[in-house]
Amino acid sequence: MSRYAPTPPQTVGPFFHGGLLREGMNVMASADTLGERIRIEGQVLDGDGAPVTDAVVELWQANARGRYRHDADRRLVPEDPTFTGFGRCGTDDDGRYWFETIRPGIVPGPDGDQAPHINVAVLARGLLHHLSTRLYFEDGPGHEADPVLRRVPAERRGTVIAHRTGSGVPPTYRFDIVLQGPNETVFFDL
Amino acid sequence: MSPARAVHADFPPYLYDAYRATVRRAPTHPLVEVPRTLSEITGPGPVVSAASDEDADLTLNGGTGVEAAGERIIVTGRVVDDGGKPVVDTLIEIWQANAAGRYRHRHDQHHAPIDANFIGFGRCLTDRNGVYRFTTIRPGAYPWQNHENAWRPAHVHFSLFGAGLPARLVTQMYFPGDPLMDLDPIFNSVPTAAARDRLIARYAHDVTQPSWALGFRFDIVLRGSEATPFESSEHEHAVQR
Repeated sequence: MSRYAPTPPQTVGPFFHGGLLREGMNVMASADTLGERIRIEGQVLDGDGAPVTDAVVELWQANARGRYRHDADRRLVPEDPTFTGFGRCGTDDDGRYWFETIRPGIVPGPDGDQAPHINVAVLARGLLHHLSTRLYFEDGPGHEADPVLRRVPAERRGTVIAHRTGSGVPPTYRFDIVLQGPNETVFFDL
Repeated sequence: MSPARAVHADFPPYLYDAYRATVRRAPTHPLVEVPRTLSEITGPGPVVSAASDEDADLTLNGGTGVEAAGERIIVTGRVVDDGGKPVVDTLIEIWQANAAGRYRHRHDQHHAPIDANFIGFGRCLTDRNGVYRFTTIRPGAYPWQNHENAWRPAHVHFSLFGAGLPARLVTQMYFPGDPLMDLDPIFNSVPTAAARDRLIARYAHDVTQPSWALGFRFDIVLRGSEATPFESSEHEHAVQR
């Protein structure tokens, strides 16, 4: 039970770069990391479709076997010591961000497996509290049975699906984050 | 369409007209409620904390060998979860303007001096009691373009992870008695006086060091990550062995 009232959030503001960003935080996999290398890239856009040039995108994901590097994941699935599962990237002057990581494995849900996904947090000037969403892959598998996707109205599910672009190596997925408007990304109440 | 509501009654709404940047950035759809699975009850807090360097003295971490200009202060406090349990070994990242109200940032155009000896950011880990401690200088107020004659009250930005994803917190710490707080839409976006009060540090004479620095205490409460009841069969086996 909650006994203490939580400290309220405030916007990250426009001047976070020195405090939050360091070289290489968006390169999550090393040469020794187990799994299929992928690239994630996209743009953060506002309600006018304009790029959000002062946002931070944070990823949190399981390793290639579907194991989170965290004590609350108590399954007998090996950790990968070369992979934390965390990444952070600031958007550039075009609102773009990118990550190099590995495709996450399958994580169990309350009632069967979840589809492979990456947890995404978005912070920006003008966001008084950060936003949380998930990135799913267009090639799935398992979207139909996913306990979180099932909560999303069918017509909005496409906003949390990353699409393969080109046929290069590593596979590249595009995931735009639209803060507001007709194509607004689905954000979750964690 | 009803705009997205805050995840907690004490948290600011996403759309707050007086803070103009929210108008085209606040989601217009309600947030979708989801079960708390392994993905939500875990989070990067423990692992990024293990990887951090300690850099908790902003008066010296500019690396020039010369101390930053301004009023030296100590900011300390305790980080607990909403059950009162200390959040240990967690990374705290802070950033702030210098004593003149100027950030070391390419987009800060405020006509105030840059301090070559102050980079304006630092980090530290909480100890086994959840306590953190920074030495820094008191930041200045600075103007911004939100409305006519708009000034941000002096503040220090804080970023924390905690145990799971719901604990993630980015906030701002304010200083007691600052008359600019009443005029600030970002501070006032927090809906209740009691919740706004939790963003204000307390002057702490027991922290003040004689002939050296004034002390301020700023305690932080992170949201917990109680799970939707769920454990895998593998876990059951692991426990029984």
